[in-house]
This record gives sequence, C-alpha cells and structure tokens, in this order.
Amino acid sequence: MDKLITVSPSPHVYGDDTVKKLMYGVVYALLPALLISVYFFGIGALIVTTISIVSCVAFEYLIQKYLMKSEPSISDGSALVTGLLLAFNLPTNLPWWIIVIGALVAIGVGKMTFGGLGNNPFNPALVGRVFLFISFPVQMTSWPEPIVSRLQYTDAVTGATPLAVVKEGLSAGVPMSRLLEQIPGYMELFIGYLPGCTGEISALALLAGGLYMLTRKIITWHIPASIFLSVFIFTGILWLINPYDNADPLFHLLSGGLVLGAVYMATDYVTSPMTPKGMWIFGIGIGVITVAIRIYGAYPEGVSFAILIMNAFVPLINKYVKPKRFGEEVKNG
Amino acid sequence: MIQTFPRGGIHPPEDKFSAGSPIKVLPLPKTVNIPLSQHIGAPSEPLVKKGDKVKTGQWIAKCKSFVSANVHSSVTGTVTKVDKLMDSSGYKRMAISISTEEDQWEEGIDTSDTLNRNIVATADEIIQKTLDAGIVGLGGATFPSHIKLSVPKGKTADVLIINGAECEPCLTSDHRLMLEKGEELMVGIQLIMKKLNVKKALIGIEKNKPDAINHLSSLAKGFGGTEVRPLKVKYPQGGEKQLIKALINREVPSGGLPVDVGTVVHNVGTAYAIYEAVQKNKPLIERVVTVTGKDLQTPSNFMVRIGTPVSELIEAAGGLPEDTGKIINGGPMMGKALINTDIPVTKGTSGILLIPSAEAKRKPVVNCIRCTKCISVCPMGLEPYLLQQASEYKKWDIVEEERALDCMECGSCSYICPSGRPLLDYIRLGKSTVSKIIRSRKQ
Amino acid sequence: MSDIVIYSVITVSAMGTAAAIILFMVAKKFNVVEDPRIDLVEEELPAANCGGCGLPGCRAFAEALVRADDISNLKCPVSSSEAMSKIAVILGKEISSQDPLVAVVRCAGSPEYRTKTNVYDGTPSCTISSTLYTGEAGCPHGCLGLGECVEVCKFDAIYMNPETGLPEVIDENCTACNACVIACPRNIIELRKKNKKDRKIYVSCINEEKGGVARKSCKVACIGCGKCVKVCPYEAITLENNLAYIDPFKCKLCRKCAPECPTNAILEINFPVRKQKAEAGAK
Repeated sequence: MDKLITVSPSPHVYGDDTVKKLMYGVVYALLPALLISVYFFGIGALIVTTISIVSCVAFEYLIQKYLMKSEPSISDGSALVTGLLLAFNLPTNLPWWIIVIGALVAIGVGKMTFGGLGNNPFNPALVGRVFLFISFPVQMTSWPEPIVSRLQYTDAVTGATPLAVVKEGLSAGVPMSRLLEQIPGYMELFIGYLPGCTGEISALALLAGGLYMLTRKIITWHIPASIFLSVFIFTGILWLINPYDNADPLFHLLSGGLVLGAVYMATDYVTSPMTPKGMWIFGIGIGVITVAIRIYGAYPEGVSFAILIMNAFVPLINKYVKPKRFGEEVKNG
Repeated sequence: MIQTFPRGGIHPPEDKFSAGSPIKVLPLPKTVNIPLSQHIGAPSEPLVKKGDKVKTGQWIAKCKSFVSANVHSSVTGTVTKVDKLMDSSGYKRMAISISTEEDQWEEGIDTSDTLNRNIVATADEIIQKTLDAGIVGLGGATFPSHIKLSVPKGKTADVLIINGAECEPCLTSDHRLMLEKGEELMVGIQLIMKKLNVKKALIGIEKNKPDAINHLSSLAKGFGGTEVRPLKVKYPQGGEKQLIKALINREVPSGGLPVDVGTVVHNVGTAYAIYEAVQKNKPLIERVVTVTGKDLQTPSNFMVRIGTPVSELIEAAGGLPEDTGKIINGGPMMGKALINTDIPVTKGTSGILLIPSAEAKRKPVVNCIRCTKCISVCPMGLEPYLLQQASEYKKWDIVEEERALDCMECGSCSYICPSGRPLLDYIRLGKSTVSKIIRSRKQ
Repeated sequence: MSDIVIYSVITVSAMGTAAAIILFMVAKKFNVVEDPRIDLVEEELPAANCGGCGLPGCRAFAEALVRADDISNLKCPVSSSEAMSKIAVILGKEISSQDPLVAVVRCAGSPEYRTKTNVYDGTPSCTISSTLYTGEAGCPHGCLGLGECVEVCKFDAIYMNPETGLPEVIDENCTACNACVIACPRNIIELRKKNKKDRKIYVSCINEEKGGVARKSCKVACIGCGKCVKVCPYEAITLENNLAYIDPFKCKLCRKCAPECPTNAILEINFPVRKQKAEAGAK
C-alpha cells in the first residue's frame, strides 16, 4: 500500500450538516420576506439589505484578518445571516452611513469582541439594531409608507407603524375601537401592507420561512411557540379585562417585529438555551417582556429589548435547566 | 406495533451491502494468532507452550478471575509462539500463535449440522458449559456471558431480551445468523430462559430486516414464551439500555445493570454460541464476520475461526480496494480503526469495514455554535457539548457532575455535529479520567 | 437651594457612618487570624502558581511551609536556592539543598528514524491518541508529537520542532515544575540534574521491548545491548527491561558511553565537538 491508512477514534461516518449549510438555510428562509419587502418598499429595501450584508461581511473579514490575525471564516455564512437580519430590523429609508455603523457595532462589538461565532452572548444583529435605535432615534423611527415609496430611498414618504399609532393613541386617551380605524386590518398585517422595518412586515412570508427551517430541522419549534403562546395569553388576559384600552392578542401577534423576532432572532443558536425546557423559559420570558414593554414601557415595540434581556439569562438557564437524563427517574412498568 | 426508544438517536445511511450474501465458511488460514484478552476483564492464562500440538476446540487458556473467559484453539496444529503480539490498537498483548494442519476436532464435540432441540442440561450445567466454552457477548462488548447468566442474589429477572437489532450501519452478521441459524438460535434462547428461570423472551429486530422478522416469528410459534418484536430503524437501537426501554419501557438506572429492572439482554450471536456450547459441546472458536465496504468487490459474511488475520477475510471478499482510506474493526459508528490487516479476528469482531480514502477524513473543526443538535440526539440525555468543553479544559468535577460515565460512546453526537467537533473524543477522555479519579477516591 | 445641599450632606454622611459601623463590626466578628509570615513567604515565591510543588498555587505552598515543622520535604521546583534559603531564614527552619533540575525529552524518533505507518486523524491530543493506539509511527513508547507538553508549559520552555516533530526544551526557561512530565501520557519527559553549561548525556529512548522489536519500530531505539553499562567507570548506567538508564546524579559526564551505543540512542548535548568524531567526519 503506497498511501497510508487513516486511524481515528469512532465514529467513522458523519452527518451532512455543516455550519455553512445551516446558515444558508436561514438565508433561504429569509428570502420570501425580502421579496415581499422589495415589493412594498422598492429600491429602499434592496439598498438597505445590500449595504448591511456587504458591510457585515466586510467587517467580519477585516476584523478576523487584521485584528484577530486568524483565518477569515466569512464563507460559513454567519456574517451573511447577521447582515440580513440587521437589515430586516432597519427602516428602508435609513441613510447608508448609519447602516454601516450598525454593521460595525453588530459584528465588531456584538460578535468579534467575544471571540467570533459561537462565543457571543447577545444576538449580534440585535446589538447593532438597538445601538442604532438609541443613537439615532429619529431616523430609526421613521418608516416609509408601503407601495407609494417604491422609487424613493431616504426621501420616502413616511408613516407610523400600527404599534406606534396604538401606543400614542392609547396614551392620549383615545379608545381602542377608534384606533382600529387608523391602522391596517388583520389581512394587511398578515401579508405585510404596512409601514415598518425592512423584513418585519410580512408575517406570512416569515412564517413560511419558519416552516421551511422547521422541516429542515434548522430550528426547533419550542422557542417560537413559547413566544407566540405567552404573548397571546398575556395580551389576551389584558384584552379580556379591558378591551377599550388594550389591543387584541391577534394584533399583538401580527404587528411589529414579533414574528421576525420569535422565528429568526430568538432562535439564533448561539444565544438561545440548549434544552427544550430552557427554551420554554427563554421564550416565555421574551413574550412577557415584549408585552410589558409594548403596553407599559416607553417604546411602542420591545421585541429586540426582550430578546437581548433574555439572552443575558441564557448562561444561567443552561446552568440550571438540564435535559432529562436517561435512567434518572426510574418509573417501571 | 413498532417500538423504539423515545429519546435521541440518529439515522445514518444503512449501507447493508452484504445483507443478501449467505454465510460462507472461510478456508482455514495458515496460522492463527489467538489473543488471550478478547473479552472485558482479566486476560486468561495460557495452558500450552511453544511446540505443543493442539486440536481444534482444545482448551488453551484458562480464566483466572471471575470477570474473564476461557480461550480455545480454533485450529489443529502446532503452537509456534506464546508471546506478546500486536492487537488492534498496536499495543502488544499476550497471544498464542498456532500453525495450522488438517482439522481434527477435540473429542466430545459434535461437529454435525443436525439440530438438537432436546434440552437435557440443568441450569447449573448450562452456566458451567457457557463458562467452559469461553463465551462472551458477541455483539461487540465482549462481556463474559456466564456472568450475565447468573442473576445476583436478591434480584430477579422476569424477561429475557434477545438483541437482534443490529443498528450499526453496514454490518449484517447478526442478520444472516438469524436467517440461517434461526432454529439453533431459538434453542439457545430456550437454554438461557431455562437458566434464568424466566417465562418470556422478546427478540428485538429492526424493521429493515423483514425476512429475519418473518423467519423468526414463524419459528417462535414452535417455542413457548418467545416473541419477535419489530423495532423502528434508529441508531443506537441495539444499545442495551435503549433496547430495554424500547421493548419493555423500563429505564436502567444510571450506573445500574439490566438485571436491576428485571431483565437480561443477550445478543443473537451469543444465544447461538450458547446453543453450540450446551447442545453440541462446542466451544467458541468461530463466529460470523461481515466484510463490507463501498468499493469492495463482493461484500460477504464469513464463518471465521478466531485468530484468522483480517487480511485473509479481505482477500476472500475480493481483495483490498486500491483506494482504501480506513480499515475498521466493527461498524462505522462504534468500530475501531485498525493500523494494518495482520490483526487477528477476535470474539468481538462483528465486521470488517473498508472506507474509501475520500470518506476517511474527518470534517474540519470549527467553533461550537450551540445548535443543540448533540443534546437532541443523545440517547442518554446528556449534554455532549458541555462534556466536551469541560473535558478539554480539564474540569473533571464538571465532567463527573454532568454524568459523563452514563455515556455509552455511541457516537451520535459526533455524527450530527455541524461544526465537526470531536465531541466523543473528549467525552471518552473525560470518562477515563473521571473513572480513574473515582477509583483513587475509593482507596 | 442650600437646604438641598445640607440635607444631602447629612443623609450621605449618616449612611456612610452607618455603613462604616456595620463593616467594622463584621470585620471584627469574622476576623481570621493569619500568620503574617505567610505573606512574607509568599512574596519570595515565584507567584507562577504552576503547581509544581504539588499544592494548588503559591499561596497554598506558603501556608504549608509556615505550618510544617520540617520543611525539607516541601520543595518549590521553580524557586532558586537563594529564594528558598531566604524563606528558611524567615521561618527559622532548615531546608535541604536541592540540585537544580531540567526537563529532558527522552525520545529521538524523528520521521527520519521512525517511518510513519499510518495517519492519525483524531483530536490532536496526546492522551486521546495514546489511549486509542500506538501512534502514527507504531512505537508504543515513543513521542506522539501532538504537543500536550507544550500546551501545559507555563514558562515557554518547551516547543515543538517542526522538522523532527518532537518537543524540545529551552533550558534557560525550564523551571523543572514537572507539568510536562505529568502531562505526557507516555512518560517520556524526565527531570534530570542540570549540569554546567547545560551539558547532558542521556538515553534518548524509553522503549522496553527486546532489541530487535525496538529497532524495528525506531532506528535510534535503545536495544538493551548493555555496552554502555560495561564501559561506564562510575556505575551510573543500569540496564532493566532491555533499556539502559543513566543516573544523572552518578554520571560524571565522561562521555565514554555515547560512542559505544550501536544505535546512537545516547545523546550528548552542549559538549565540545569530539576530536575523533571530527576526524572521522573528515575522512
């Protein structure tokens, strides 16, 4: 035998999954939402998404190559996913330089300071988004109107999101029934015909992508289900107690970034708990904090904050919530 | 009703190329090297010396301690060496080398093929003959069988489980044995039932072997108390604890034995060996070995004398393919890579698998992305990613707390990991270190 | 306005006083009386926390030194003998003088002498590889070349030589802390007496197999022929289990043994070039 044989510990066969495949799976799942966004917001959506992706990947490459002096791993697609998710959380009329700053914070601060993929405690895209949200509140809270602003970028006609309308209306003492006339109907909310961030508008497209990720076993159902369920129950209770001052649960589920957050951001591998039980705790926490911020907080929307807050609890959850071990409870029969 | 174990498990490609080829008897090799520790426990002590003439089936090494097994000559010939020889890991262990002459069996051994259904042996005789014949668990663990046949005081077994799952991809030796030696196997099961004094025996077979399920089901009608249960195809179905959970829904407690939940598990190969030992007086000197591989000319199943060099098996199956990257003793999930083909077949060799060089290399290792896949596939409910980290950074207390010792090294975690991380490598390291620590603590 | 200032000052001072009282009480109540000498001793120790003394860190070693009546058994491999005698003065106890040691890698099986028979493709860890099998070169005793000793060294005193695939010790940096000796699953590394100018003579092999077998796996293996034992004038060399061993404390560095070795398994390091050898080389 000329060639030397290989020796290694078992197992000797491996599954097909690679990090790259999983990451590109997420990208494919996000494409329908991107298409819908391009349909409603036109070139703005394209520009924002492109700038975000390009700058995220570029920053990852530069930081890995020149700061960390390691082999750049941009081909694994994780920077691509971060860039895409960051763009999805930004309004489509955001000036390009703000997006670049957001990408730098997302990749530089959110991911690379902790050692790169796998070590970051917080979802990088959300770190970038929240940084921008606090630093540039005016630009970050002006959303273009769908369809009418298809051909404009930063000079688009802007409108308020349904959540902002409800928040302002309720705090001004306007009853919910009157506010409902000012916001899009459920069908429009579901399809995505409303002002909002690039990728958060269409619950339909996002759920379709989520279904794709579920069938490919990229994510498990626990986190999205627990978030939806806890939001539904919490807002449902409030709505039943006082339907005049509270929006109904379906409105809360469909509006804002809840679907995007629940299906794509909270399920981020690195920053979510390891066990199904832990995922439930994580999801319920996100749901409750989101609703608390939306109803009692200063901001109309709170999904990003809720996810970041619960991200901080993940190490604790992982430490104390363990999977059920085989042979732990001996129940025979 | 199709049963399976509830937690974890994976579905690797089955690749059972040799399922259709009947068991062929391999011609006698020129020399055999019979290792003295083919089982778990203390090595046995040689009873012969250089120059001695031995007959086939002659007792050549004796077990000294309780956890050990006898060894018999698998051929007739002259002992050429009683010395240290390379075992499958390359380290040297005691072995007896015999140069082969014409086969001449030791007296009292029934070498005919006629089925002997008539059970006359008493329970004590059954266990004594199992011990004498040097029978060990032929599923791969090679735990001495006479220990498993004796239920410890204060414990009772009410059901016998026969493991015909053969969940390892590629291997077909148990499958062929069930098809071709079904009746002998059934008698073997009756013998074990008699010894353990149980009234019920369940044979678990994965659903990808419908012919074996049908064959044994029809045979089972003629034997009281035995029943064939089809199982879903899922690795590691053939793990002892998983099989018990799947068939009778009992969970063996951590660190416990099957008998703690009232059952005993034996492999089909072991049951057949017990039949041969008790009914035919034949010691364990040969076994069925699958020789398979994608590029191999004729993937086959052979009846092989213990001690035959692996190279002879590969020759008989069409020769070593040009592009062989890895030679594995056992299946692809739990088998052991060999360093060359001079290694002899032992009691625990269920198959020889040849992997082409393109598939022999591991995936590149990247960061853990905490995708939780390793947790979801672990059949023991452990957290492989955590055990791996703790073991890599030598946090042995965490490794122990997180119950690394429960790990049965099935390799599902390493199989599924998208980052290609060597989870099992480190868990194994953690296991051995932790058991050393525990042992030193006891002293 | 002045009200606010006054009230703030009063409240803050009141809180500060209360906290101070509580802290004082707590400190009194939970005061641990510690021998002040522990701090003094610890200051003299290298503070590398290498664990070479067998205790978890320098603080623990300092405590042990203060506690023990007889400190001759407590040795810090890293500290110089001056530092140890200073400690002895602080404690007023006797110390035994100890020869400085240095780690020595007893394997010379570079690929040129040990042909590779297979490729290892598992985790690059010596312990994991060693439990699996004999290694890429097939020698069951030799170095696996995966660098676990380099990993554990806290003093940058050992590195892998990429040409030979073997670890090499940098004598100036080595503190003889024993970490690499413990880390090596094959017990190849030994602490030997440090000689003048870092000279050393040692058998660079630990293969206990019979001559022929050892030679087969490695061309520079000790074959246990015993020639070196016969030639040694100081009875420093012993032969056990087909393996020669030079006792570093008996060896007087006379260099008589090295040329006798038929496999060049005895290495001489940092000696001037031999005359005869130079001539032989010229021929």
